[in-house]
This record gives sequence, structure tokens and C-alpha cells, in this order.
Amino acid sequence: MTAVGTAAPAEARSATMAQALRRAMRDAMAEDQSVHVLGEDVGTLGGVFRITDGLAAEFGDARCTDTPLAEAGILGAAVGMAMYGLRPVVEMQFDAFAYPSFEQLISHVAKMRNRTRGAMPLPITVRVPYGGGIGGVEHHSDSSEAYYMATPGLHVVTPATVEDAYGLLRASIASDDPVVFLEPKRLYWSKAAWSPDEPAAVAPIGRAVVRRRGSGATLITYGPSVPVCLEAAEAAREEGWDLEVIDLRSLVPFDDETVTASVRRTGRAVVVHESTGFGGPGGEIAARITERCFHQLEAPVLRVAGFDIPYPPPMLERHHLPGVDRVLDAVARLQWETES
Amino acid sequence: MKKSSTSVQEPPAAAAYRPTPPPAWRPRTDPAPLLPDPEPYRAIGTDAAADADPALLLRLYTELVRGRRYNTQATALTKQGRLAVYPSSTGQEACEVAAALVLRERDWLFPSYRDTLACVVRGLDPVQALTLLRGDWHSGYDPREHRVAPLSTPLATQLPHAVGLAHAARLKGDDVVALALVGDGGTSEGDFHEALNFAAVWRAPVVFLVQNNGFAISVPLAKQSAAPSLAHKAVGYGMPGRLVDGNDALAVHTVLAEAMARARRGDGPTLVEAVTYRVDAHTNADDATRYRDAAEVETWRAHDPVRLLERELLARGVLDEAGVARAAEAAETMAARLRDRMNAEPALDPMEIFAHIWAEPTPQLREQAAQLRAELEAEASPDGGAGAGEGSGEAR
Repeated sequence: MTAVGTAAPAEARSATMAQALRRAMRDAMAEDQSVHVLGEDVGTLGGVFRITDGLAAEFGDARCTDTPLAEAGILGAAVGMAMYGLRPVVEMQFDAFAYPSFEQLISHVAKMRNRTRGAMPLPITVRVPYGGGIGGVEHHSDSSEAYYMATPGLHVVTPATVEDAYGLLRASIASDDPVVFLEPKRLYWSKAAWSPDEPAAVAPIGRAVVRRRGSGATLITYGPSVPVCLEAAEAAREEGWDLEVIDLRSLVPFDDETVTASVRRTGRAVVVHESTGFGGPGGEIAARITERCFHQLEAPVLRVAGFDIPYPPPMLERHHLPGVDRVLDAVARLQWETES
Repeated sequence: MKKSSTSVQEPPAAAAYRPTPPPAWRPRTDPAPLLPDPEPYRAIGTDAAADADPALLLRLYTELVRGRRYNTQATALTKQGRLAVYPSSTGQEACEVAAALVLRERDWLFPSYRDTLACVVRGLDPVQALTLLRGDWHSGYDPREHRVAPLSTPLATQLPHAVGLAHAARLKGDDVVALALVGDGGTSEGDFHEALNFAAVWRAPVVFLVQNNGFAISVPLAKQSAAPSLAHKAVGYGMPGRLVDGNDALAVHTVLAEAMARARRGDGPTLVEAVTYRVDAHTNADDATRYRDAAEVETWRAHDPVRLLERELLARGVLDEAGVARAAEAAETMAARLRDRMNAEPALDPMEIFAHIWAEPTPQLREQAAQLRAELEAEASPDGGAGAGEGSGEAR
């Protein structure tokens, strides 16, 4: 593995999402003494996914700290550190391991600015590797975004590309508000042309991006489902469907503007995500689209989501995860015949 | 081979089988004794009180008298509807006062919802300290101004904050100690465990004060914990536990001062259990007669923290009747002023509910704020709000 920052120029032309995330933390720590990384295994080991690899060696274990195994304690300590002017970046190792910290997140992290009438914002970034598709056993593949979205005071961000992984994490660490930074762990090793020597401009939190232009229908998605939707959109061309793909990047704040503009133009929308459909983000997104685009809609807004089941065992997860075929099936149900 | 420890936790020699541990299989043990003394430490009535600084004794006394009056006044305000709720610390004033007075200016206090008095003794505006309990905002003060964290309603969740803040201060090279307050019920929460463990592992300059007042709402200590004392819990984390008479203001101050000094020296955290009693009910909404004896309450009233110190100081000639009268008068003045200020209607701007969620409101929040603004304008307009059926129509 090549250490970030020491890569030869030739190698630096492409990078994985894991490398981009690491570089984002490294650059943030180098620029700002108050940025501290803490979590279980983030130091010597460099994290179970090696996202924090090299940070303790470069910045010392006071800046990149292995903590006791206790998520509420990790996040609770981060609250106190932020109260004293530090910028903690917390790693929650796996999606379902973050649950013990929910009380700290919901009762304190999300509310400290509000409780103190703006006097004490908490600039905490909570990194949560989330989602399935890596063959993990239970508690290693949850898509927990709906829980975070339901809590005012938190930003909820999830990158789908190597560039965004860098830019959004830099923006999250720089934010004066707490950010739940959801890392699609099955995209950790996705590679893209990206050079840490010319990092992309930091993406503002709260802006969706159109990943693919199209006119027939809009696929609205984020995180691990973005590549799925892009692949589906390519496949749909054979059916004569011209699909637009929106990568939300930020679930909170939600970019109504980009979504509404697209759906008003295409008249059809499918929301795609891994987390459950019932009570999941797709319901909220579909409702928002219906409220704003009702008169332009040619068909009901559909959702392609994970089933409403506990995340299945790894040998069965492919049946649960929304794949290209399931997306195409939904697109086929968008009442195309009524248009012609 | 492991050297024999001076610590009291050495297992009995009779152990038939002890596996040979691999090297360094457990962390360093603290040479200081970790176990608390079996009896709570008392200073009043002992030589310690005779040796104590008279100025400190008088300060403790004045604040105790004011604190008692503050508690009765705040309780009265709930009956007049001026406070939504008030969890009284009557009977526990010695802990509250000592906790506030042991702090230096740069130290931090992490209170729970029952610790308004400690915040006021610390220097917070009493009306600001009561904002949460009055119901006009969740916390009415800037924590950095007096280095007092917001009153925490969830139990024990403020303890890891104290650890994190103390840790951060030390990382920055600042000589700061955090003192965190928690009740006996709070010691059962997971955050209590995680905070103590973090503090000990990080050797954070933090002191935990458990005010064991006997009940978590209605649940007595015997149903809360099977530990010999709550101070015993310290041992498992590798920090000293100290047991103190929570109604003896000088004793609480002394034990806390030692713990603060220890933290400041870089020797790590201490867990202090102050044994006290909640004379009033949990809050004005509680009926304490359902779960405890009047006789038990009377026993504790006889061990009242204010009278205890007063008798001691009178007997030693540190205080005279004129001094008692002066303290009572100062407390009365404070109560009258608090009453007057609490009787003034707070000026509330309903639009402020949208003001402090994020640094930048989300577009969705802007839309909702516009909706409320329109509703308020409609209510305020001469013909607006007709049929709404509530309020004066005046948007304040």
C-alpha cells in the first residue's frame, strides 16, 4: 500500500476512496492543529479499513488516538473536546457499532448549539462506514441514514466518488456543525483518476450533483447506489430510456432545488437506496417530489430500496441489495406507454 | 515476576492455582490505595474543623444559608407557576456549595439537572441558571462565560464531556480540572462507566462527585447498586474512590480539594461519593410519601448541612448571632431579588426556535420559518387570528 502524500507522481494519478478519505484527514490535520482523530483501532492499526493509516505516525497518538472500546464514551469525550475548542473526527468502525453512541449524538451532539442559543456549536465529524455488499456478518452492513436524518442539528453526508470523498470530508471537518459522514464501505476500494496533489475544490455540503444527464426519468440516489444507478442508466439506453442520475451527496441539508428541477423536466422519478423502504429516506424524498412536482409527474414516484428486513446474512445479501435489474424493473413501471 | 503490591486488592495467599501471566498482560497499577475508607470522612466536630481557614468556613456557611433560601424560593416559584419544574437540592446544599467553591476560575463544572445551586454559587446569573427549568430555553447561558456546561437532563451523559474537556485542556497545556456532578441513579448508566474508564485510561484531570441522596426518583440505593459503596466503583477503573459525609460542607470541600489537586498534578481522576439525602421530593411533581418514611426524613433533618456547620462555627466562635442574622438577611435579599426578576415575563421571540439549529439554516428550515412568521403576522394584524381561539393575538 502506498502511503498518502509519498506516492510517486505516476501513481498519484489515480486513487481509491480510502486513500482520498485518508488524505482529507491528513490535510485537515496538517492545516489545523485543533483537528483530532479518535476511535477504536484508529492509531497503530490505522483503522480496520486502514482509513486512518499513517495519521498516528505523522501526528502522534495525541492527535490520532486509540480509545477504549466504547462508542458512547468516544463520542461523549469528543463533545467535551469540541467544547474546549478542538475539532474531533470520530470513527465509528461499523454502522451498527455506532448505536451505543446514539444518546450522545441525539441528546448532545445535535443539540448543543440549540441548547446554548448558538453560544457553543460542536464541530464534530462522525465517520460511519455504512452499507452492505462486502460480505460482512450481521451488524456490519446496516444503512442507518434514516436515523440520522430524523435528528435536527446534524448534517448527513455521503460521498459516492473519490473526489467527493476528499472534498466532502474536508468540508465536514471544516464545518462548525456536527456532521455524520457516512462512508459507503463497498466503495472504499473503487478507483478513480484523482491526484491528491491537485485536490478538487471542497464540495459544499448540501448540494446534489447531476452525475448523468437524461430526459426521460430521474434516478435519485446517493452513496453506494450511485454506481448501480449509473450502470442502470447505461443499460436503459438499449430500452430507449434516457435516464438522469442525481447523486444527492448530502441528505441533510436536502437539495430540493436540484431534485425538483430535474423531475419537473423528466416527469418521472425513482429513488434508489440500500436502506429499508418503510420509514427510509426514499419515502421522504418521494413525498417532497410529489409536493413540488405533482403536475409535471407522468407516473408515481417509485422507490427501489432494501427490503424491510434486518440486513440479511452475507450469503443472501445480493437478494436484498438494490441492483441494476431491480432499478430497471422500476424504470419500466414508469408508465412509458402513456407518453407515446 | 510481579512485585508484591502495597494495594489492598491482593488476593488471599490461599489461592490454589494461579496461572502465570504473560508479561505486561495488565496495565500498571496505581501505588496509591484505591479503596475508600469504610466510613465517610467527616471534618465538622474534629480537629480538621479547628484547623480550617475561618474565611473558608464563613464562606461555606454564607453560601449554605443562601443556598437553602434559594431552594425554598425556587420551590415556591413552581407553586406560583413561574417555574415549570424545580428539582430541589434541599438537604444537599453542602455538596452543591463545596463543588462550586472548590473550583478555580479556569476550572469547569459539569452539572446535572439538580445542580442549579452549584451553578449559581459558581457565579451564574440565577435567572439564567433557571432558564431551562422556567421553560423559555433549554439552557440560558454561554457555557464558556463561567465555565459551566449546560445542565444535563439525560443521566450521566455529561460525564464523558467532562473527561473530553479535561483531556483537551491538558493536550493544549492548560491547567484546567473538570468537576462532574452525578446522582446515585446516574452511576447505573452506561455513560458513567465509559466516562470513568476513559478518564482513568487517559489520566484525565477530572473529578467525579456522586451526590448519593438515597433515591433515584423513588428507587432506593439498595435497588440501584449492590456495591459496598458507590465510591468502591472507582477501584475497578484504577482510580481512587473517596467516601465523604455529604452534609458536612467542610468535609466535602476538603475531599474535593484533594481530588482536584491530584488531578492538577497529573495523577488522574478521582471518584468521590458524598452520602447525603434529598429532603424534598424528586421534583414538585413527585410524591415522596409513597416510597419513604417520614421518620427517615426526620433523621436526616437532624443532620442538616446548614445547622451542622452553623453549630460548629458558633461553638468555635468563628460565627456569632449577629453573623447568623447577617447571613439570613443576605439570603432574604437574594430571594426577594430572585422573586422580582422571575415574576417579570420573559421576552420570547417565537422566531428564535429556528435560530440555532445549524450555523446556516437549511432551505427547508427557511421555508418553515417563513410559515411561522406569516402565522405570527396574521395573529398580530387587527383582523387576524380571529377564530384562532387562543392567545392575545400579540406576537411577542
